Amino acid sequence: MSAVVRNNVAVGGLPTGRPIMFAHGFGCDQNMWRFVAPAFASTHRSVLFDHVGAGRSDVTAYDFTKYASLDGYVGDVLEICAELDLTDVVFVGHSVSAMVGVLAAVRAPDRFGALVLVGPSPRYVDDEGYTGGFAREDVDDLLASLESNYLGWSSALAPAIMGNPERPELGEELTNSFCRTDPDIAHQFAEVTFLSDNRADLARVGIPTLVLQCSDDIIAPEPVGRYVHEQIPGSVLTLMRARGHCPNLSAPAETIAAMQAFLSTATATG
Amino acid sequence: MTGAGPVDVPALPEELYEDAPCGLLSLRPDGTVVTANRTFLRWTGYDLGTLIGRPLRDLLAAGDRIFHETHYAPLLQMQDEVRELAVTLVCPRGRLPVFLNSVLDRAPGGAPRGVRIAVFLAVDRRSYEAELVVARRRAEESEARVRELARTLQNSLLPPALPHVGGLDLGAVYRPAGQGDEVGGDFYDVFSTATGDWAVVIGDVVGKGAAAATLTSLVRYTVRAVAMHARRPRAVLMAVNDALLQQRAERVCTVAYVRIQLGPGDTARVTICLGGHPRPLAVRRRGEPLPVGRFGSVLGAIRCPRLEETAITLEPGDGLLLYTDGVVEGRHDGQFFGEQRLADLAGALRDRSATAVAEEVAAAAVDHQGGVPADDIAVVVVRYAP
Repeated sequence: MSAVVRNNVAVGGLPTGRPIMFAHGFGCDQNMWRFVAPAFASTHRSVLFDHVGAGRSDVTAYDFTKYASLDGYVGDVLEICAELDLTDVVFVGHSVSAMVGVLAAVRAPDRFGALVLVGPSPRYVDDEGYTGGFAREDVDDLLASLESNYLGWSSALAPAIMGNPERPELGEELTNSFCRTDPDIAHQFAEVTFLSDNRADLARVGIPTLVLQCSDDIIAPEPVGRYVHEQIPGSVLTLMRARGHCPNLSAPAETIAAMQAFLSTATATG
Repeated sequence: MTGAGPVDVPALPEELYEDAPCGLLSLRPDGTVVTANRTFLRWTGYDLGTLIGRPLRDLLAAGDRIFHETHYAPLLQMQDEVRELAVTLVCPRGRLPVFLNSVLDRAPGGAPRGVRIAVFLAVDRRSYEAELVVARRRAEESEARVRELARTLQNSLLPPALPHVGGLDLGAVYRPAGQGDEVGGDFYDVFSTATGDWAVVIGDVVGKGAAAATLTSLVRYTVRAVAMHARRPRAVLMAVNDALLQQRAERVCTVAYVRIQLGPGDTARVTICLGGHPRPLAVRRRGEPLPVGRFGSVLGAIRCPRLEETAITLEPGDGLLLYTDGVVEGRHDGQFFGEQRLADLAGALRDRSATAVAEEVAAAAVDHQGGVPADDIAVVVVRYAP
């Protein structure tokens, strides 16, 4: 199966423009970019996708071995880039996908021209000399929370939501479908997300990078954003007025403005 | 008491708000509390003064806080409404399991104006759900144990590996019905009864599951034990018939028993006896594969079954293909796999190794049924290769 089908890839914008790839984080799907992506349609070739297991990706492609670490997701991103023959990509990653972008840029530097990291965190759990913001017990508590919130998840509805990219209307009326996923997949994605440690990879990023840090973000608190900025050589840190973890939804205008300012000054195409 | 007198039920909007049977919260678009109704304060033990200005997520348990940020907040922005969010409030009265239903209120221009939340107590429901989760886990563990048990039992019915026999090329495949989580009734065996004297056995006990498996075990070990002193195939199957009748199992079985005597010459002497089992195919170096042996009675049904022996010889390169009915009776769109298809396939594969033939035949039979066989499939291939 092609990666484009598997990951429910949607290509739009200016066909001759510089590619800009939007990656959603843990929780929801590519709809997270619905207020941001259109702003780049006249200047960029936009590529949106769902991680396998999320949104309308092909859930049958979910492999518990492959996706036991972020590498599985990184591999998918690189496959999409290869299939669409993308180079000089601006990779925009939210939340855990910020780290997917970091790993992809380290593994295949020829593909990527710039990184935009929205609410990144290389490690969520506190460690000696490092404050991620979470204790190990918090992650267990999250797994329990997922379990009680997926009791209402109906496996009978799942086929209608997922694996039907050609029939988007099927999912439209299903409340909460943007953030629905198979409970076992959600459980593993949560573990992979919140128990990963990619601090050592940050210094290996060799392309222009923007770190977008919200105020009052409990998932990726400000010291974590500063840490990411300090570790990635030459990166730009923008502190936003937007609060919370999802400025792409709660403050799209501010997010777009910060991205455009970064892309127009900090990166040379090619 | 009459229904006609003046009513004393709170009916003013303010009373309805304050003493509604659910907690009510109003938040700013940034998630901080603007106000809460009396019901909410009574349930949680908060006083309004300490609540105002605090973000809702601060009232949640740690895991719920992450869930709030990664699921609830984006959902609310995308669809303006989230229902039945299950969270635990951490409050002065302790931990309180609740459901939240939220609506995002937008100004005419579309800008978020505030969030209205109804809070429902879910103490009993959540503890019941927690029990369901535990029950599901137990069921999954139990299922895993049953699978393991079935696999162990199944393995006890088949030889762990086929023996290496000078002069014979042997291959066998067993494929359980369905998803393979139940013990089937098919079995096969290959063993020596004396120097140069071999028994190749295949059989099928009617039914599946543990009850069928105990009988399969009885049949397999009866054959092995009896064959050591009664080498005539007919005598072995008569003994199996007697054992089944004595057991009063009320289940029948079919067995094909093939005795192969490897003499000093260039041929192998073969004696076949069939107790209700499909006739094996003789696949010779030339010509169509043809069924050999005479049908006999199924075993375990009557005291005096009709069992006849057929003697043939195998030249070098000739072989026999033994199978259970699961191979030929598999259906696709109402069409049986059938004996003709099996014979054609066996003929086409006559130059391959015995193992390859057994595997290809089983794979073709499984494919014919779309990958999930309705019945067990067993195939044993033996070729004379001096």
